[in-house]
Amino acid sequence: MDILVCARRVPDTSENEIALNSAGDDIEREDLVYSVNEPDNYAVEEALQIVQRTGGEVTVVTVGGEDDEEILRREMAMGVQHGVLISDETFMDADGKGIARILEAFVKKGHYDLILTGVQAEDGAAQVGGMLAAMLDYPFASLVNSIEVLDGGKLRIGREIEGGSREINEIDLPCVLSIQTGINEPRYVGMRGIRQVASVPIPTLGATQLAVVPEAPKVKRIDYFVPPAGKGAAMLSGNREEMAAKLVEMLKAKGGLN
Amino acid sequence: MPRIFVYVPPSGGVVDDTPAELLAAARQIAGPEACVTAVVTGWGAELDAACEQLCAYFGEIWKIAQETLVYPNAELVRQALAAVLPRGCILLVPHNHFGVDLSPGLSIKMDAAFVSDVLEIEGLEGDWLKLVRQEFGGQVSTHVRCDVSAGAVLNVRPGAFQPLDAPPVSGQVHDVAVGPLAARRRYLSTIAAEAGDVDITKYKILVSIGRGIQDPDNIAIAQELAEVLGGAVSCSRPVVDARWLDKSRQVGSSGKTVKPKVYLACGISGSFQHLSGIKGNPFLVAINKNPKAPIFRVADAGIVDDLLEFLPELTNQVREERGVPAK
Repeated sequence: MDILVCARRVPDTSENEIALNSAGDDIEREDLVYSVNEPDNYAVEEALQIVQRTGGEVTVVTVGGEDDEEILRREMAMGVQHGVLISDETFMDADGKGIARILEAFVKKGHYDLILTGVQAEDGAAQVGGMLAAMLDYPFASLVNSIEVLDGGKLRIGREIEGGSREINEIDLPCVLSIQTGINEPRYVGMRGIRQVASVPIPTLGATQLAVVPEAPKVKRIDYFVPPAGKGAAMLSGNREEMAAKLVEMLKAKGGLN
Repeated sequence: MPRIFVYVPPSGGVVDDTPAELLAAARQIAGPEACVTAVVTGWGAELDAACEQLCAYFGEIWKIAQETLVYPNAELVRQALAAVLPRGCILLVPHNHFGVDLSPGLSIKMDAAFVSDVLEIEGLEGDWLKLVRQEFGGQVSTHVRCDVSAGAVLNVRPGAFQPLDAPPVSGQVHDVAVGPLAARRRYLSTIAAEAGDVDITKYKILVSIGRGIQDPDNIAIAQELAEVLGGAVSCSRPVVDARWLDKSRQVGSSGKTVKPKVYLACGISGSFQHLSGIKGNPFLVAINKNPKAPIFRVADAGIVDDLLEFLPELTNQVREERGVPAK
């Protein structure tokens, strides 16, 4: 089975505090640590585990700029056979639908039995996978947390629904699945692994090769702002011992120490 | 003004705020007088009951009844909605596991724009609808403009729109027929959540840990505090994803819903999926190294500190308070 995984490079929220820049039109991107979007990493691991059982190859594609090549190399260090960077100045403004159109053109140039995305990007909207499936007229399922390959061009998949329950579906190939975190344990990638793929050529495709003319985006971010404080917490002050003492008093008052 | 529809997913007979919230969101676009049409799909007595409930909220209900829709399979519902909804309309859908499954693809089939996880609707200026979303797990908000000239599908966040206190109406139910629906994805079964070793829903005090716990060996720190408080350790999603705690310990929309009296959120950033699992308005304490963590916006008390240092100190002080000798 040949599998395509669509991945993205995003600011890593476990490494950064996300704040506004002084103009308020973007987040502060100086000194941000970027990494592969976490759910995409689970999608890559799942793809690798599937081809280990069924044979076939895994391709990872990303739409972005030169800097985004680093996540392709990271995923290649995990064992992915092919990385492809889609990059074009005319793609910079693309909204979710625009990205899905670009990926649609890319998918149609190849042959993939299964297309995986991460469930959602940190700065995204959980939308590209479902849109891509609709454009290709493939079936789609979101929040997938288990995949079993069946005979006859089908998969049995589990989907995460509310309350920790799972919904089991059968889905025809080719299809698009958005992968939920926790589906597997992504393998560790060391510096040595990344060095080994450092010089592997990564093809770059642009608007001409894909024959895509981007549509004007219908959804545009206007600005960033600090979310309203809501009721806001009473922030405890003092050193550690003093804050703990205040909290003990509060817990006593709230019945937490009965 | 585009025509406005809301899709109310089958609730399995549960009466909740979903219709009222969707109506409130629709009114933000169209004003208080506009006719909003609810669309429902399903089969049999459950669908009839859903229609009856919706008549109190909406002037018009479109009922799509087909036996294949007895279980809400997004693949089939998408085909049905794309077949009957007029092009150029605005459709509102709850942003939950079903909306995530349904809507992005539906927007393509309807040639409409799509915005997910909408928190606020500021209104229409010409063809542009101004909306509020969040990014990075709620750390920042954004204004978004959406061109609705060819229609739009908007997934709205559950709980974000205050249900309107409007007098009930007596809506009309219209049967809307759709042709055969082709399922390339077939529902087989539902597997209920496993019970796990500890039932966190039974505890009045929860010491809940998130990514900030950093290492599975550190869970003992939270466990010690939970023991002296007579509570249990619960957690947010990353702790379960990392396999450090069982799924049955997870609080949130994809985990357990809890109603403790005291909830200590330790190293938890506070995504809406996590917060939606905390009910009953407990005394919510947030302990986080990041002073900008979204959890501080909803907590009652906040402590900016390293939980790995703070929790042992708190444990010691609680022990002293209770006259329990330190271990």
